[in-house]
Amino acid sequence: MKWGGEVIEFHLDARSGVAPYMQLIRQVRHALRLGVLNEGDKLPTVKEVVARVAINPNTVSKAYRELEYEGLVIARPGLGTFVTRTLVGDSLSKHEPLRQGLARWLTEAREAGLDDESIEALFLSSFRAFSEARG
Amino acid sequence: MTSALIADGLTKRYGRRSALKDCTLDIPAGHVVGLVGPNGAGKSTLLQLACGLLDPTAGRIEVLGARPVSGSPQVGFVAQDTPVYAGLTVADHLRMGAHLNPSWDAALAKRRIDQVGLDPAQKAGKLSGGQRAQLALTVAAAKRPNLLLLDEPVAALDPLARRNFLQGLMELTAEQGMSIVMSSHLVADLERVCDHLIVLVASRVRVAGDVDDLLATHHRLVGRRRDTADLGAGRALVEQSHTEVQSTLVVRSTAPIVDPSWQVDRLDLEDIVLAYMSGATGDGPDRVLEGQR
Repeated sequence: MKWGGEVIEFHLDARSGVAPYMQLIRQVRHALRLGVLNEGDKLPTVKEVVARVAINPNTVSKAYRELEYEGLVIARPGLGTFVTRTLVGDSLSKHEPLRQGLARWLTEAREAGLDDESIEALFLSSFRAFSEARG
Repeated sequence: MTSALIADGLTKRYGRRSALKDCTLDIPAGHVVGLVGPNGAGKSTLLQLACGLLDPTAGRIEVLGARPVSGSPQVGFVAQDTPVYAGLTVADHLRMGAHLNPSWDAALAKRRIDQVGLDPAQKAGKLSGGQRAQLALTVAAAKRPNLLLLDEPVAALDPLARRNFLQGLMELTAEQGMSIVMSSHLVADLERVCDHLIVLVASRVRVAGDVDDLLATHHRLVGRRRDTADLGAGRALVEQSHTEVQSTLVVRSTAPIVDPSWQVDRLDLEDIVLAYMSGATGDGPDRVLEGQR
């Protein structure tokens, strides 16, 4: 909880191979999912992020634009960027049935003779292709 | 897209030695552009030509749409090892800057000096490497240039001083919206601060593009050894290495690579830069550069 001022601090993992703007987006979504960020909360200004993380301002703007496009935040000129909705509860209730579906799939994969690493590799490559195809 | 810097067949020779040979590139304005490449690729020469400290032997260079002139108020330059006048104080540097530059922003200079904790009465020769770099950056930025050129500004700094310097640089970029071109070997730093990257090898642009695009479109493929001639349409081979049984490729492809016979991994920017630098030998350049823009 906080009153006024910005809530979250960003950080960058330089060796992840994930584009910096995407890392920022993920950190905001993560904070929304965990309830660290709530409706009405203000994100740090571009200048604040830049000064703290030593990151390109265009990258921060790009991340904020993307979040705005997703409908998660809104930019109010002269005031800052504010959270418009939260992601808490959005998905948590759906976790259990999904987990069960995944367990069934894992059993099938085992029965087909795949070992742990093959399963992991198959999942990761499918997941990556899936998310890349969806942009 | 307007250009911060255009070079066309740009060449600089010292006697019989070429420091830069037939270099052609187009650096977009409004970005923080990283210039990387091995020693001797011509990065410093290019930057010195761009700020008018050197004259080209042949070819053409345009900076912000005009031929570079030394001392132009539009272009700021921070040279390698961030030189300052050792006998002058910090305050002297600012006075000199104000005297030499009609566009001098005294408030900005003072604010930055306070912010980074420099003592105005201190002799510049007594400053630490990090402080000296901050002073050089302040003097260059207070000219309020449209384009700031930096040659290996953080190479000699410890990690903390480096981070502080880059924080200051990014803050200035956010405030003033100037274009920046900086050369560096420290690709991990460039990945944070640059949104556009140019890899220069032996005066040639090996690859140029937005950092996000470069990260999204490069893949490492590991699989059983095979002939790499048929990668498929839209895929360019950047680098390859083979053992008796295994092939490892770095491939540029806008479409995702779904092929169960390859293990496909992401690359970070440093891996991408290294792939272009080491893939530079052999039949590379022209094929690799296809579809770059």
